Amino acid sequence: MKTPVINAKGVCLTFETNDGPVQALKDVDLGIERGEFVSFIGPSGCGKTTFLRCIAGLEVPTGGTLTVNGLTPDEARKARSYGYVFQAAGLYPWRTIAGNIKLPLEIMGYSKADQEKRVEKVLGLVELDSFGKKFPWQLSGGMQQRASIARALAFDADILLMDEPFGALDEIVRDHLNEQLLALWARTQKTIGFVTHSIPEAVYLSTKIVVMSPRPGRIAEVIESTLPRERPLDIRESPEFIALAHRVREGLREGHDA
Amino acid sequence: MTKVVPVLTVIVALVLIWYAAAVGMNAQWARDQAARAETTLGFGELVVDTWSQDRPVLPAPHQVAQGLYDSVLAIKPTSKRSLVYHGWITLSATLAGFGIGTLAGIALAVGIVHSRAMDMSVMPWAIASQTIPILAIAPMIIVVLNSIGISGLLPKAIISAYLSFFPVVVGMVKGLRAPDAMQLDQMRTWSATNSQTFWRLRLPSSMPYLFASLKVAIAAALVGTIVAELPAGATRGLGARLLSGSYYGQTVQIWSALFAAAALAAALVVIVGLIERGVLKRMGMAQ
Ligand SMILES: Nc1ncnc2c1ncn2[C@@H]1O[C@H](COP(=O)(O)OP(=O)(O)O)[C@@H](O)[C@H]1O
Ligand SMILES: [Mg+2]
Repeated sequence: MKTPVINAKGVCLTFETNDGPVQALKDVDLGIERGEFVSFIGPSGCGKTTFLRCIAGLEVPTGGTLTVNGLTPDEARKARSYGYVFQAAGLYPWRTIAGNIKLPLEIMGYSKADQEKRVEKVLGLVELDSFGKKFPWQLSGGMQQRASIARALAFDADILLMDEPFGALDEIVRDHLNEQLLALWARTQKTIGFVTHSIPEAVYLSTKIVVMSPRPGRIAEVIESTLPRERPLDIRESPEFIALAHRVREGLREGHDA
Repeated sequence: MTKVVPVLTVIVALVLIWYAAAVGMNAQWARDQAARAETTLGFGELVVDTWSQDRPVLPAPHQVAQGLYDSVLAIKPTSKRSLVYHGWITLSATLAGFGIGTLAGIALAVGIVHSRAMDMSVMPWAIASQTIPILAIAPMIIVVLNSIGISGLLPKAIISAYLSFFPVVVGMVKGLRAPDAMQLDQMRTWSATNSQTFWRLRLPSSMPYLFASLKVAIAAALVGTIVAELPAGATRGLGARLLSGSYYGQTVQIWSALFAAAALAAALVVIVGLIERGVLKRMGMAQ
């Protein structure tokens, strides 16, 4: 049997804080297959960010096993397996958009010519073709976040981890970015892990929705989407969509009562 | 325009207070002179006398202005009595000291940010170094360096650097630590080395902090140089002018040198400020 791209078995993580231990993750079992779009949803403090950071090797689980592409998260990071998109675009004001996208490429030692080619390619992917020479402050918040997605795609990682990437943006911009993200996912065949607070966003984007609950952070329910891969924005008015959203809401409520 | 009126009002008020103080402080000498000549002075005569003495306790503003004119504009800049000449001597040592202090400050800050041992050990010494009165150690440094044959610009530059490195260390440590956890995590996701993180993130992020401290540092460097020019024997530089003025009771000379030093300090701070504006604007970091 093929092992999933991201494979978590009994992952636990306890933070030692001054106020005593905080159990951020408890017995998380999850397999994510190649090409899936997996959303993590749940109330604040249920460990969504922590789990994503474990996958990225930014936190080390205190129990269980976690592999990424069959490697430890640390090895996977060194093998450039994933790109990580934070909630804030985090573009450097002293670099142009192209310069910002080159940043990881410079660090990873790509040749100058290769850098140029890749910048052009990913700018096209996020529909910012003519913006390479602009500085971050000349772009709207949504465009900045697209640039930060381009930066995460520049070095061909086949996994994209996104922690509430559109959380700070308004609804209209968000809808547009969601649509673009789906198109990008279809074109690039990436495996995507996506943290969100929004039920419609999770249902619209995902092939799999992981509902999490807090204290201690754990998976309450994993919902496989029944929606087709091709998703126009108005699919959100379909009965199927509404039924899925309802299931997610129920899952969140049960997790909360528990 | 709206700023000019209040500023002018303050200046006029200060000049008036100054003239009044000159009358008060120089009156004793005027009366003594009159008593010796067995005459008495009317109020008008007293005022005129207090504003035109050769060696007043407090020279009047126009006397200082005249002194500045005589020693800046009405004299060859290469003359030993020109404040331009002495100002240049002081300025060159100040810039050398500022350069040394800035480089030392940045180097220490880099060490402090990257090494826990240095973080724990250097800062207390840096702070202690600033609690020693500069007036107390400046002569020792000058004498010690003189005795091993080092004189002229370098000893002054070292004292100047001693005062100017400190604000740079404090500002740079803060600046190099300015990147937030998210920015540092982002570097980690790319497996960036410490030196890559330093050159691409920490150093550019520190620029606003660096320039804020450079403005303090350059003023401190000037103070350091002037103090270093005070010990007996120095004949060149604004500090030497201050000291020789006080030896010979040449108060006009003291005040002229003081004003020259203040103008120099202001000019240096303004220049650093202009460079700051230019650099931060180009980096997209101007506030
Ligand atoms: N570095 C840390 N040190 C201590 N506690 C932490 C740390 N990071 C997160 N936590 C705690 O772990 C829990 C889960 O946090 P997080 O993963 O950020 O939740 P979410 O992203 O779902 O809002 C919270 O209770 C949080 O306070
Ligand atoms: Mg979070």
